Amino acid sequence: MSTLTPTPAGTAPGTGSRVPALGGRTGVLALTFVHARINLVETFRIPAALIGSLVFPGLSLLFFVVPQRTVADNPEFATQAVIALSVFALMSNSLFSFGLNISANREQPWDPYLRTLPVPGVSRVLGQIFSTGLMGLVSILPVIAIGALFTAAEASVLSVLGGLVALGISALPFMFIGISIGYSMSSKAAIAVVQIVMFALAFAGGLFLPPYLFADWLDTLSKLLPSRQAREFVIWAVQGGELEPWVWIGILVWTAVTFALALRLFRRDEGRRYH
Amino acid sequence: MTVLARLDHVTRRFGEVLAVDDVTLDIHSGSILGLLGPNGAGKSTVLTMLQGLRKPTTGTVTLFGGSPGDYRMRQKLGGTPQETALPPTLRVGEVIDFVGRHFDEPLSTAAVAEEFGLGDLLKRQTGALSGGQKRRLSVALAFVGQPRLVLLDEPTTGLDVDARRTLWDAVRRQHDRGATVVVTSHYLEEIEALAERVVVMGHGRVIADDTVTAVINQVSLRQVRLVTDQPDRVSGLPGVVGRDLGDNGSATFYANDSDRLIVELVRSGIPFTDLTVRGATLEEAFLTLTGATDAATGQPARPPHDAEPLGTADPRAHTGSAPSAVPAVQKEMNR
Repeated sequence: MSTLTPTPAGTAPGTGSRVPALGGRTGVLALTFVHARINLVETFRIPAALIGSLVFPGLSLLFFVVPQRTVADNPEFATQAVIALSVFALMSNSLFSFGLNISANREQPWDPYLRTLPVPGVSRVLGQIFSTGLMGLVSILPVIAIGALFTAAEASVLSVLGGLVALGISALPFMFIGISIGYSMSSKAAIAVVQIVMFALAFAGGLFLPPYLFADWLDTLSKLLPSRQAREFVIWAVQGGELEPWVWIGILVWTAVTFALALRLFRRDEGRRYH
Repeated sequence: MTVLARLDHVTRRFGEVLAVDDVTLDIHSGSILGLLGPNGAGKSTVLTMLQGLRKPTTGTVTLFGGSPGDYRMRQKLGGTPQETALPPTLRVGEVIDFVGRHFDEPLSTAAVAEEFGLGDLLKRQTGALSGGQKRRLSVALAFVGQPRLVLLDEPTTGLDVDARRTLWDAVRRQHDRGATVVVTSHYLEEIEALAERVVVMGHGRVIADDTVTAVINQVSLRQVRLVTDQPDRVSGLPGVVGRDLGDNGSATFYANDSDRLIVELVRSGIPFTDLTVRGATLEEAFLTLTGATDAATGQPARPPHDAEPLGTADPRAHTGSAPSAVPAVQKEMNR
C-alpha cells in the first residue's frame, strides 16, 4: 500500500509557490487572453446576435435625439445625449453579455467542463470582462459617429479619451450586476430580469430622458442609481465642471457592493442544481 | 504504486438526497479503474468531486496530494465534456487548441486529431458533427494535456459497436503511454473491455471493489422464471439472491448458479410449471444486489439524486428481495 506523497509529478508542475503564476504559457495573463479570444470567436460566429447589441444604441440616437433639433442643435445637450446613450450601450452590453452568457453557460455542460481545466477563476472572469469591454467599445463607435455627424455634439479628442476611461470605470457595477444575475437564476429568468433592470436603470438614470425633466422625487431616487452616476461621471470627464461627491462615492459603493455579491455567488456556484 | 487520488470517508448530499454515502477509495497509478453502477448510483458525483466541481459535504477528496479545487492540482488531470456540450459554433481544431492552451505539455492538435480519427474534421464546426464524432472529440479532449489521471464519464453510451471499439482502442493506447484511467459505465461489456479493477456503486455506496473477474462473477446472475404457488419456499433454497413476484403465480428468482438452484428445486419437491432460465442483464443484477443491500441495512430503496426511475420503467419492477436471501448476498459483498 502506498501513501499520498506529492511526487514531483504529483504536485502541479511549474508552480513551486502558492501564488498563481502571472506570466508564462499557462500563467493567469495568457489564460485570460485565451478565454477572451475564444469568447470573441464564439460571439462573432453568430453575426445576427452582434447586430442587436452593436446597432441598437446608435439607432436610438438616430431616431430619438437627431430629429429633436432643440437638443441636437445645442452643443451641450447633444453631447450629453451622446454620452447618455454611450453609457446605455455599455450598460446593456455588460448586463446582457454577463447575465445571459453566465446563466446560459451554467445550464450547458460546457461550462462545468471548463471548470475542470487547470485555469484560475480570475482568468475566466477577466477574459469575459475583456471580451465584453471590447464589444461595448465597438457598440459606442456608431453612437459617437452619428453624434459627430448629425448633432452639434462636440468634444476634443482628449476629452473623448477621458470619457472612454470614465465609461470603463463606471461600467464595473453593471458587469458585476450582470454576473450576479447570471449566477443566481436560470437563463429564462435572466432574460426577463436583465431587461427589467436595464430599462429601469436607463429611464430612471436619465439615459433616455435628461434628468432636468424629472420630478424632484425621481431626481433624488435617480442619484442613487449607478446609471445616473455613470452618466454624470462621464459628462464630467468629457465636459468638465464640478464632480459632485454623490457621483464618485456612489460609483465606489456600487462597485464594492456588486463586486462582493458577484464574488460570493461565483464561489457558491457549482453549476445548475436540480432538486 | 502511487496513489493519484483519494476519497476518504466522503459523503455528499444534495438537499435531502444522499448521493454519495461514506465512500473511501484510492486510485492508484497505472491501472484502469472501472466505476460500475446503475444511473443515480453516485458515480458521476464521485467524478465531479475529483474534478473540483463539487465539494464533499463531509470527508476529504485528495488529488495529486492537494485539493482538486486548486486549479494547479488539475494540471495533470484530464476530463471530458458531455458531447452535447461542445460549443456548436467553434471548429474542432479550435476546441482542441483551446483546451491544449491550459496545459504545460499539450499534445499537438494534429496528433490528438490523428489518434482519435478527427483529422478530416478539424475545420468542421462541432455543431455539424455526428453523435459519434462529437463523442470522439469529447474523449480526445481528456488526453490533450498528457494527463496522469483521466476521468471518463460514460464515454461510449449511445455509440454503435464499431465506434465503441474504436474509442476503447484509443483509450487503451493512451493508457499504455502511462495515463491512469477511471471510467464510469453501466455497461458491463465496457468495463470488461477496459478495466482491471472494478468498483461497483449502488445508492451512493461502494458495494464491491475487486478484480474484473471477481466482480463479473458477482453480478453475472441467472434468472430462473417459473409458476408456483409456494414462492417463499423457492426463495429459501440455497443460492437464491433475489426475486420478483409477477401476476398469475409466476415468479422470477435470481441466482449465481442456476444449475444448482434447479437441482435443489427438483429435490425439494416444490410444485412448479413453465420453467425458463436465462442470464440476467446487468441492470437486473444491479437491482437485485443493491436492493438486497438496502433490505439488509433497513434503508429505503429510494433512487438518489437524478436517478432514472429504473424500477417503474420495468414492468417487472423489483418488488423487494426475499429476506432469506440477504445473508448470502452480504457474505458475497463482504468477502
